[in-house]
Amino acid sequence: MFGLSDSEDLKSLYQEIILDHGKNPRNQGTVEGHTCDANGNNPLCGDRILVTAKVDEGFIEEAAFTGKGCAISIASASMMTEIVKGRTIDEFKKLFASVRAVCTESDDVDIESMSVFGELEEDVSRLAALGGVRNFPMRVKCATLAWHTLLSCLEGNKSVSTE
Amino acid sequence: MSLETGLKSDRREANAFDVASIRADFPILSRKVHGKQLVYLDSAASAQKPQQVIDTVRHYYESTYANVHRGAYFLSETVTSDYESARLKVCDFLNARVAAEIVFTKGATEAINLVAQCYGRTFLEEGDQVLLTDLEHHSNIVPWQLLRDAIGVELVVVPVRSDGDVLLEDFEKAINTRTKIVAVTHVSNVLGTVLPIRGITDLAHSVGARVLVDGCQGIVHGPVDVRDLEVDFYVFSGHKLYAPNGIGILYAKGDLLSLMPPYQGGGDMIKSVTFERSEWAEPPAKFEAGTPPIVPAIGLGSAIDYVSTIGMESISSHENAVLTYAMEMLATIDSLRLVGRPLRKAPVISFVIDGIHPHDIATILDRTGVCIRAGHHCAQPLMDRLELAATARASFAMYNTLEDVDKLVAAVRLAKEMFG
Repeated sequence: MFGLSDSEDLKSLYQEIILDHGKNPRNQGTVEGHTCDANGNNPLCGDRILVTAKVDEGFIEEAAFTGKGCAISIASASMMTEIVKGRTIDEFKKLFASVRAVCTESDDVDIESMSVFGELEEDVSRLAALGGVRNFPMRVKCATLAWHTLLSCLEGNKSVSTE
Repeated sequence: MSLETGLKSDRREANAFDVASIRADFPILSRKVHGKQLVYLDSAASAQKPQQVIDTVRHYYESTYANVHRGAYFLSETVTSDYESARLKVCDFLNARVAAEIVFTKGATEAINLVAQCYGRTFLEEGDQVLLTDLEHHSNIVPWQLLRDAIGVELVVVPVRSDGDVLLEDFEKAINTRTKIVAVTHVSNVLGTVLPIRGITDLAHSVGARVLVDGCQGIVHGPVDVRDLEVDFYVFSGHKLYAPNGIGILYAKGDLLSLMPPYQGGGDMIKSVTFERSEWAEPPAKFEAGTPPIVPAIGLGSAIDYVSTIGMESISSHENAVLTYAMEMLATIDSLRLVGRPLRKAPVISFVIDGIHPHDIATILDRTGVCIRAGHHCAQPLMDRLELAATARASFAMYNTLEDVDKLVAAVRLAKEMFG
């Protein structure tokens, strides 16, 4: 009979940190006194999230989200709202680029080589846990939904769809 | 004596439903995915194809292909005759009166759009009502919204009950003299609810309304008799009935097609063309502009031969046995909730599990070889009504077995284990 140990793919998709954030998401709700908000929509699975953020002089003071989704999309949103706190918009964009890279690049993405990220290195390596979606092409959008949504929030767009 | 014995044995053979031999007809069922035996539980989205249909399609492209209705040569004559005999097979399968009541479309979606545009724009006017239910697939909602936006009809929705049913009395409350079209699904693609079509047509006709039935999920799970149901329009897609994709059916009762303007203009749908004016061909050609999906249509004829040989009643009773077993077994899983418990249910099961999103369920199941659908199933209004973002859906066809159910249940238990 099939056992979980049979699937390295599944184990790498549902790593401990993903299951933890998926089950106990951080920063759920809306940021009090938020300066921007955006709705994210994944028409494929019907997932919808609302991201709010408070930005002051180019720094993301706080970000939060509400909505329902799969373990991957919720974990990604939860990790994102933790990690972007105190970061500049430019740093957020670099982190988003690293998420896109780990979610879509080949198996041997070398986090070390992303020295361009400098002090973001620790965050980048935490976010590497999202890289399990690489073997599940249909799930990449789940991992990036919150990031697309925060990006459009920061850019002043009210909604974004992954299709 | 020997003759009698022979007859009996033939009859027994015709009535015996042998799922093993049916499975042997579907080559894809013997393949593996992710190293596991394929367990295909997404036939409500699209059914797999038996060798007989595959052979028909291959045979056509290898040795008999040409365009229809054109050539005065052997190949074209043969294809034309087979294309038209596929129409006759559909006519008989639905128990329609004549083949001219059957239009080949590219799918059920096109058939509904055709009725909404050609019948709707001709016979409805501002303030008239089109009655739908919460159970409808997007393909039986959006075409009516286009009609609404074009001519100002009103869409009225009969609500689904919490158990997934829409009963005759619910229609009684909604139908009135402003109702001009009742457009309902035969069977819900999400909950498996079977609607009381005959009662609905009686009600609708009592106020002079027409009835369109979306038969995509209905046609595959049991015999359909459009005369018995008294429906005005019945549509379905071939690919859910084991036929190739790219072919759909519009049945329109009696002279309805004659009363409707053409849907699209082009070759094949005309009697004569001048730059000043054109004269339409008689139905069904009037609604088949351009080169039709020839081989898919002939493939649909072959699929109908296939299911008819087995018998829709036999298919239905086998599928019901699988459904009953699946409902029982899934109900033994803690924190799994079956969505909808309608009075009459086709073999389509939606379920949700506390703490695991349907997409995660589907991903984990896939790695065990079990294909199910997760999401809103193109029925977002129903999801909203049920206050669910998504469900996991297992749907069964004639080739599914009790063992498939066991594998589904084992895989769901694994998903639960993984999510703790």
